[in-house]
Amino acid sequence: MGRLLTVNGLSTEFRTERGVVRAVNNVSYNIDEGEIVGLVGESGCGKSVSQLSLMQLIPNPPGRVVAGSAEFEGVDLLKYTRRSRELCAIRGNRISMIFQEPMTSLNPAMTIARQMSEVLTLHLNLDKKEARERSTDMLAQVGIPDPGKRADDYPHQLSGGMRQRVMVAMAMLCSPKLIIADEATTALDATIQAQLLELMYDLVGRYHTALVMVTHNLGIVARYADRVNVMYAGRIIETGTVKEIWADPLHPYTEGLLSCVPKLGEKLEPIKGMPPSLINRPATCPFLPRCRFRTAACFKEPAAELTYVGGQHATACNRRLEER
Amino acid sequence: MDGTKIVREQIPDDEFEVLEEEQLSGVNELKRFVRAFFRRKIVVVGFILVVVVLLTAALADVIAPYDPYEQDLYQVLAAPGPSHPLGTDALGRDLLSRIIHGSRIALAVGVCTVLVSASIGTVIGLIAGFSDSRLNSLIMRITDILISVPSLVLQLLIASALNSGVTGVVIAIGLTLFPAYIRLINGQVLSVKQNDYISASRSMGAKKSRIIVRHVVRNVVSPLIVMMTIMMGMSIMAEAGLSFLGLGILPPAAAWGSMCRDGYQYLMTRPLLSIAPGLAIMILVFAFNMVGDGLRDALDPKLRGALK
Amino acid sequence: MVNYIIRRLFYAVLIVICVSMLVFGLIRALPGDPIEILVSRTELADAQADPEYFEELRHELGLDKPIPIQFVNWFAKVVQGDFGKSIIKGDDIMQSMGERMVITITLGLTAFVVSNIIGPLLGIISAIRRGKLIDNIVTFIANIGITAPTFWVAILLVYLFGYVLHWLPLYGYTLPWKDFGLSLRQGIMPVFVMALGPIASTARQTRSSMLEVLGEDYIRTAWAKGLNERQVIFRHALKNSLMPVVTLQGQMIRQIFGGSFIVETIFVIPGMGKLMIDAMLSHDYPTIQAVTLILTVVVVIANLIVDLLYGWIDPRIQYE
Repeated sequence: MGRLLTVNGLSTEFRTERGVVRAVNNVSYNIDEGEIVGLVGESGCGKSVSQLSLMQLIPNPPGRVVAGSAEFEGVDLLKYTRRSRELCAIRGNRISMIFQEPMTSLNPAMTIARQMSEVLTLHLNLDKKEARERSTDMLAQVGIPDPGKRADDYPHQLSGGMRQRVMVAMAMLCSPKLIIADEATTALDATIQAQLLELMYDLVGRYHTALVMVTHNLGIVARYADRVNVMYAGRIIETGTVKEIWADPLHPYTEGLLSCVPKLGEKLEPIKGMPPSLINRPATCPFLPRCRFRTAACFKEPAAELTYVGGQHATACNRRLEER
Repeated sequence: MDGTKIVREQIPDDEFEVLEEEQLSGVNELKRFVRAFFRRKIVVVGFILVVVVLLTAALADVIAPYDPYEQDLYQVLAAPGPSHPLGTDALGRDLLSRIIHGSRIALAVGVCTVLVSASIGTVIGLIAGFSDSRLNSLIMRITDILISVPSLVLQLLIASALNSGVTGVVIAIGLTLFPAYIRLINGQVLSVKQNDYISASRSMGAKKSRIIVRHVVRNVVSPLIVMMTIMMGMSIMAEAGLSFLGLGILPPAAAWGSMCRDGYQYLMTRPLLSIAPGLAIMILVFAFNMVGDGLRDALDPKLRGALK
Repeated sequence: MVNYIIRRLFYAVLIVICVSMLVFGLIRALPGDPIEILVSRTELADAQADPEYFEELRHELGLDKPIPIQFVNWFAKVVQGDFGKSIIKGDDIMQSMGERMVITITLGLTAFVVSNIIGPLLGIISAIRRGKLIDNIVTFIANIGITAPTFWVAILLVYLFGYVLHWLPLYGYTLPWKDFGLSLRQGIMPVFVMALGPIASTARQTRSSMLEVLGEDYIRTAWAKGLNERQVIFRHALKNSLMPVVTLQGQMIRQIFGGSFIVETIFVIPGMGKLMIDAMLSHDYPTIQAVTLILTVVVVIANLIVDLLYGWIDPRIQYE
């Protein structure tokens, strides 16, 4: 499998009234072709922001990518300005995104067919008729009944699950190499969520598309992903294959996350405290205030870099790294 | 997973609960209000202008260099100069003094009109909001009709039916502007009635009517104040329009609108006669609008923080 | 849809009748006896003193009947296109309104179209270039447009372009199909004055709704699809940000036709507004009634068209 995306040292900041928030802090990871990678963490830990930063879709002002590179198919996505032609040619074509909010992510004033066809006329130079045919064909593939008719509906005429199917269809239209699903199923009912995940899983397998699943649901990751990146306070604090991490979570935060997954007959152990404020963070480990395993040394040392401990498994906990 | 090296400690509850304290005391509330009100420079300008006009009106007799009604037939249509800074009109009256005294009429008309229309509109709006849905929709339909009539037509008719003069103008304008208040108040009452906190406090055993009244008062006062401020400007402008058409406040009263009408005949030779009073109208309307905007920023919690 | 239109038409007729009744009642409350005014103007010196002649005239004009019956009689004639005669000039009101109506509606519609093009355009520009010089300029113009009295703007323009620069004629109006060049030169100032307020309010509304729309999720989706800025704004943001502007249209129409009273007075344009003001100053009741009715009809029809348009723009609106 070839390397598809290499992100190196990505940092994103937001300027607010109370100070500069470093929402994404020196994040590095890579994605291979056709791979499914889960990106997990609590809300506000920078998962979505890191993905939007790649696509340069961060609202600016107040947000700004301040450092890093993201090499995709031989070009650095962060080198271009966010409205540049080069980047527009990649978005929706080579990389597409599916967002969390099915109710608001489709334009209420345009029919489904038009919103889909415009992607095809834009990137693949299809004429209107071809674009419409391809769109309805894709609607059929994502399991929308009577796609020829539904195509002429407006978004408000469809249910939330149907709309998210449309979003998936739209993301698949140009057979992209990478799809970023940003909490794509979080807002849906459990049964619909499962249907949609199976559908996405099938589709990316069929088209050999890499998929980044941004989620806080570890069950989903365990079921579908090949590898996992765990984010906390804007950093990746642990990475590895699903097997590695489930078998031996190294970072206390990852461990805490896993023990938050309800299992039959076991008492839940929530992580105490709240995620830290991202303004003027000290150099120490960001998880320090909530960590059950901290030592006196933790208060003195700067936070560890993500360091590999064997296989594809890496962590950013000083204590764990010492143990090894 | 060896626990010997790693010491378990109590997790301190640090840095998580600082947000709520600053909103509690009344002094801070006032401070926050003032800060939100004056956040935009243009609002500061508007506020200063309102104060200046208020002072001018209060001290008109002291500030004005001449009696605004005293005719000086030797000084007819005098050019602006040292003795008459803005010149004199066709009857030899000092323009500056007339504009200064005109502020009294403008403010009086503005205040009275707003009081008339706001009280009628608020009462009907409350009735509509608290009545059953059939009566409510009847009242709102009639309000729709009243709003869809060109207001100037009604103002002209009422003003001339009541004979021109301050009272007639106030009633004419007041009667055409009150439907806007009905909509506002009715909307607020309905939204309060539907809100979750009503049923929440009811389930906690409080009496329904008392809760509603308290919440309605709380939700109605702020938008009402904002609307009244902006309507001050609108009424002053409406009065000026009527007076300009010769159907509002008639000469010799020093109303800015009728001064424009009289001065317009001499536009070629003495442009200030019609342009200066018009500028005064614009400044006052602008000032009230800006103060209204500032009040909205400061009073409307939904917009708080959204406008930076 | 058809049901909706029928209901709206019924509603429109109801509004017209209500307004006419209101005006009819108000006019009866106006000072001055129309018969006395009529007689004093018709130079019948002998008849003036004769109370019997007064009664005869009163009866002839139907003014001796109760007001509701007078209204019904009047309305019945109006439906047949007969507005009666002016009690001042004595000529047929329908006839004298004919050309004036065309003039007022032509000017008003032009102002309406102009403000619907310029206002949103300014709003979009200032939203896209938020915080830049052009945004400040547009905001400044919009503030003036909202706070400056119509007549004052008209006076300033007349002074500047008429007296000082001699670029444009001071007064009068010619219909475009009679002399297009002259009509254009005479029309610029009145149309601009009538359109200024609506331009200001639409520009402000477009700016704020455009800014709001640009923060919506579906705009992010549009960017994520790879559209460029022009496509995002014109294909995805524009229509949605114009929806709230459409709700302003009714108010704009009232504002424009209200403004025609002042504009036609200042520019001495022989339209409905001038007719109305002259009629009011001379207590010419039948004319006042006729003009009010026509203006109400125009405004009500325009509102109806706007509402239908709104449904066409926003697919979420259903006519039920």
